[in-house]
Parts: sequence; C-alpha cells; structure tokens
Amino acid sequence: MRLIFVTLLALILAASVGLGATWMTATRGTDLGALTIGAWIARPKTGTADVDPYSRASIARSGELPVGTGDGVAFLATRDDRKRPLDGRCDVVVSGITPAARFWTLTLYDNRGRLVANSLQRYGFTSQEIIRGADGSFEVRVASRSRAGNWLPTGGIERYTLVLRLYDTPVGVATRTQRDAPMPNIATERCS
Amino acid sequence: MIRLLFTIIAGVVLGGIVHLVSVLALPRIATQDAYSRLAPITKLNAVSSLPQPDPSTAPLPFMDPAFAVAVCRYDLSGGPIKLTVPVSQAYTSVSFYTRNELAYYAINDRSAGRKVIELDLMTEAQHAALPEDEDVTAADRLIIDAPSAAGLIVMKALAPEPSMMPQAQASLAASSCKVQTEPMPAKR
Repeated sequence: MRLIFVTLLALILAASVGLGATWMTATRGTDLGALTIGAWIARPKTGTADVDPYSRASIARSGELPVGTGDGVAFLATRDDRKRPLDGRCDVVVSGITPAARFWTLTLYDNRGRLVANSLQRYGFTSQEIIRGADGSFEVRVASRSRAGNWLPTGGIERYTLVLRLYDTPVGVATRTQRDAPMPNIATERCS
Repeated sequence: MIRLLFTIIAGVVLGGIVHLVSVLALPRIATQDAYSRLAPITKLNAVSSLPQPDPSTAPLPFMDPAFAVAVCRYDLSGGPIKLTVPVSQAYTSVSFYTRNELAYYAINDRSAGRKVIELDLMTEAQHAALPEDEDVTAADRLIIDAPSAAGLIVMKALAPEPSMMPQAQASLAASSCKVQTEPMPAKR
C-alpha cells in the first residue's frame, strides 16, 4: 500500500515538474541563444536550421513563423529600458537609431501577437514612413491618445509588445553587443 | 522520512526526463502551429496569397503588416518544385520552412541579384538523381535541398508605405510554384 502511494506521488511530481517546466519555457522563452541589447531581445538562431529545441517548442506553440536569417532578424521588447513593463496607458518614447539594414519595421502587438485596433489603422512604421531629425535619428511616441510626430497608437491596452524587424541586415547570429547593433532606447514618460 | 525524500528526488529526476521529452515532442504534436493554421487556407504546390493581418483576424500571430505575403505549401514527393518570384519595387524575400517550421533557407532580392528570383526546390535524393551534366549547365540555377518532403515557402514583398501595398501584392500574384513532373530540360 505504501509502495503504491510512494510511486504515485513520484509520478505525479514528475508529471507536474516536467510539464510545468515545458509550459514555462515554451511560453516565456529561454535565454538560450538570445541576444539582448538594451530592452530588445532577438533570437537570430530561430531563423536557421540549428535552432535550439526550446525555441522550436515555443514557435510550435505560438503558431508564428520565425524570420529566416537570409531575410532579416526580429527584436522584441516587452519592457522599457528600466525594466518596467510596457503599458498602453502611458506615453512611451522609442528613440535613437537602428542598426544597418536596408529596411526596418516597428510594429505593436498585444502579447498574443495580434495587431491592436485603432481609428488610424496604424499598426507600425516602416523605415521609409518615419519622420526623422536632421541627424537621422527618430522618435516614436507610443501612446493611447494622439501625439505630434510619429505616433503609434496603443488602443489603451494594458500590456503590449514592440517588434523591430530588420530586413537585409548584417545583424544576425554573429552579433553580440550594442556596438554592432545600436538599438533605439525605450523610455516610459508619463502615465494617464 | 528517507523514503519520502527518495520519492521526491525520484519525482524530480523523472520530471526532468518528462520535460526534455515534451520539449522535443512539442513541435510534432502541436496542433496550432503555423503549418496547421495555413493548411486550410492555402493550396498544395501552388501560390496562395495570405490576407493582410488586421486586429480581428490574422492568419498567423506576429505577422508584419507592412508586407504582402504569399505561401506555397509544398510536397516534394511528386517531384521537385520550380519557384519563380518577380522582385517588387522595394524588397522581396523568399523563406523556406519544413513541416515543423524549421527555417532552413531564406534569400532576398539583393542576394538573388536579379529581377526574378528563380529557385528549384528538391529533396536530397532528387538532387542526387539529377544527371551530372545538367547540374553543370544549370550553374545559373539555384537549387535548394529540402530537409523533408513537406513544408512551406513564404514569399514576402514589402510595401514601404501603405499606398504601395497593391503593387507589392501584384508582384507576388505574378509568382508561381509548380511541380516539375517531366524531366528537367538539359538546356535553357
């Protein structure tokens, strides 16, 4: 009787530990092969044949298609430079320059990867649409209410993800630091 | 007490095994992966353009709304695939994925270096079966080896401004993806 109980306990523990860890890694992702620059995280290896098993599991779960390495690389941000979660009710400023690339796009998604509805039907900017300063740098204001300049509407949702995709770029598997890939800053200003 | 401790240790070790097995198995057992989502809305061995993502519906999560996207869902068991994609004004790329979303190859218009991206996709066995001399005369032809028989080819054309979306979609609509049933011509 005790043996059955002990075996059962071990098996239940095994199932919960094992599947729990899998669920955690598949939803949150791991640091394996991740390239972190400021608030931005990229996993350039997901676009190659030697992608790690954790990234494969998380791709299969979410249903997205990773950007292939010969095409470009995607950087995600869910927090600002001070590690505060991005809040759609605040004014968040994305400013600076981007790494060398023929084109880039900046897109706002909710945390499940859907676009966020707004009256302008603006879901992001491309490198050609954006209004730049004289030195080539830009400033995008991510906010729920209309703002002057490059305004990216949040629709007032609580949490969102910014994705900066670089196309035809030298940034990739060999990139290590901010010097190779100067990513824009993300700062939360005021909240309403 | 020792027995309880032993049980916990055994459970955790077993849990580690369960974790590794389930992570490795997930790509194969996932039912909502990209291929499964695209299968009902795309044709086999032909080009299907995907609808533009909008907040209420999107064929896949995290799609870039600045791109027109077309997909060729392929199965190489009937023969190699010939793919031609005309290059759009701004930026065009072609990415290859296996059935389990492994991105094994991607090329853009600049690395293709021509007005039309032309590729032959075949399994390694089909590549090996190509006559030797044909391989030489076809030096200007790009041959991609697919790691598995089934998968996805994703063609993307960038619309740098929303007004250029119709042009991007039109250039993708002119692309083709066909099975080559007869032997490939020796000279072109």
